[in-house]
Amino acid sequence: MRQAVTILNDEGMHARPAALFVKAATNFKSDINIIFGEKIANAKSIMSLMTLGLVKDTEIIISAVGIDEQTAIDSLTDLVKNKFNLH
Amino acid sequence: MITGIAASPGIAIGQILMIKNDQLNISKLTCKDSSAQLKKLKVAIDQSVLELQAIQEKALKELGAEEAEIFSAHLLLLQDPEILSQVNQMIETKFVNASWAIESVVKDVVTMFESMDDEYMKARATDVKDVFTRVLNHLEGITNTDLSKLDSDVILICDDLTPSQTATMNKKYVLGFLTNQGGKTSHSAIMARTMEIPAIVGLSSITNKVKNSDIIALNGSTGELIINPSDQELDEFKALKNKYQSGLDDLKKFIGKKATTTDGFTTVLAGNLGSYQDLESFHQNDAESVGLYRTEFLYMDRDSMPTENEQYEVYSKVLKSLTDKECVIRTLDIGGDKNLPYLKIKNEENPFLGYRAIRLCLKQTDIFKAQLRALLRASVHGNMAIMFPMISCLEELQMALQTLDDCKSELENESIPFSKTIKVGMMIEVPSAALITDVLAKYVDFFSLGTNDLTQYTCAVDRNNPKVQELYNPFNPGLLRLIHMVAKNANEKNINVSVCGSVAHHPTLVPFFIGIGINKLSMSAMHILKTKEQIINLTKSTCEKIAREVLKLETAEQIENYLLENQ
Repeated sequence: MRQAVTILNDEGMHARPAALFVKAATNFKSDINIIFGEKIANAKSIMSLMTLGLVKDTEIIISAVGIDEQTAIDSLTDLVKNKFNLH
Repeated sequence: MITGIAASPGIAIGQILMIKNDQLNISKLTCKDSSAQLKKLKVAIDQSVLELQAIQEKALKELGAEEAEIFSAHLLLLQDPEILSQVNQMIETKFVNASWAIESVVKDVVTMFESMDDEYMKARATDVKDVFTRVLNHLEGITNTDLSKLDSDVILICDDLTPSQTATMNKKYVLGFLTNQGGKTSHSAIMARTMEIPAIVGLSSITNKVKNSDIIALNGSTGELIINPSDQELDEFKALKNKYQSGLDDLKKFIGKKATTTDGFTTVLAGNLGSYQDLESFHQNDAESVGLYRTEFLYMDRDSMPTENEQYEVYSKVLKSLTDKECVIRTLDIGGDKNLPYLKIKNEENPFLGYRAIRLCLKQTDIFKAQLRALLRASVHGNMAIMFPMISCLEELQMALQTLDDCKSELENESIPFSKTIKVGMMIEVPSAALITDVLAKYVDFFSLGTNDLTQYTCAVDRNNPKVQELYNPFNPGLLRLIHMVAKNANEKNINVSVCGSVAHHPTLVPFFIGIGINKLSMSAMHILKTKEQIINLTKSTCEKIAREVLKLETAEQIENYLLENQ
């Protein structure tokens, strides 16, 4: 399943938010990907996530496949919406 | 004898420890037994994880949550599934050694980061390199110099120290630093002074002149050092060291005493603070309060504005560690010679006369309000005062005070608590403000004379232009008359007046400051005890006489000579 969400924090996917996102994603068993335009990144890889170059106001799609896909999508979407709880 | 730039005073004699941040030379090998390589790789990564966790923990304890945060990104990189699967695949299908596989994969990752448009993302290439150099060192059997694990006294020698090295080192065993790079204000020089470790920088090729068994004697006060000194030279350095140490020890007897003249006039000796790290020296040197906390450093070396919450955390931490000691926090003083790239301020003809400090804050109120709200929220954790920089007229002061009141109302509406007894003051560093201090005194609780800028603006001399340096003179009679006027107006209106520029501890000027009734001198903490020793031996009535005499003299030279004779 998939869910679109917009990055709201000022610095975008910098090291701190990316680290928080990857840590959260790693808690789930599902395969999770971030889709940005034509690019797809493994949500459990900080390298992949950061090299997408996601800045404020870009829309991404979170996709998850696996037994806990619903909770994964819900909690990761919330994390992005809440600016990674950094603000 | 070798001479470099004297960066931090004191004498050190000891064995050297060379820190090399060398390029590793990895060669490609054929390894048929790929499972052995995979196992080797896992061990190296596990060891690196343990090391990084220890560094993160230490940074968390000593530098705070924010500074430690980068290491959690490092740990994730070290265990990144995409990077590791590429490395594993190379080992398994191309039968190469683990080091070569890492080197090739990481090289691509580094290139990927370096080719990104965003400056911040480009810079992350360094993080990737750092992390995997640690793994490669393990694989290649090269011992990483882990400065947190030092267990015997050493003098560190390196090209330059990185912030993570100074943050993690076990200072107890660092007798001194010597670096090839740097000047008086480079990171390692500043850190050496903050940690009160003798240091010489800018030695250009010291790393090529010594080897690990060498003994070095260094004098951080003069910038001189000797490699493998003779017995006689060693004795000379030991004598110098004892003399320096006993000078410091002598000053310790002033800890806990007030800076009171023989006839009972007391001046507060406060410390200037740039960052949380300065607090150790602050406490050791018995500073009574913080006279100037420069908040600029919070905004520097980053690529976006610190958020209100981030600032709140930092201010709260500082206030808590000061318990009930007053902390005068200056609002953002950026512009002039201190620029923030992410503010995108256009280059100006005359930056010192341009868009800076309070002028910027009053125009970009989102920045100003975020800071004021953070300050107000933090105020419940200690004894805080707020100070506005660069005020040049009453209107600016009123606007700043209005913004502060607006922030207070906002917080009240949001039911967020803040202290109701915060004192508010202003810097006196622009002549047009100094000249109306009788008026301004009605609106604030205190004045603080920023003598560096006040000298520059009064004498119309750019303090960074070497061609006119001789005109930048703290003994300029016009300047001293202006300072006297500010002190007189403050005393008549019964508000506090302090000096927080770099001349606050100047032994020639201290009697003048006491003579005109300055209530507080705020300085780099290392000068406090020495200044206290001087003040305890002064008499206020004599200082008043000295001040009267100074105000009659005609040239800076006459004033300097007169003060030298009477210090």
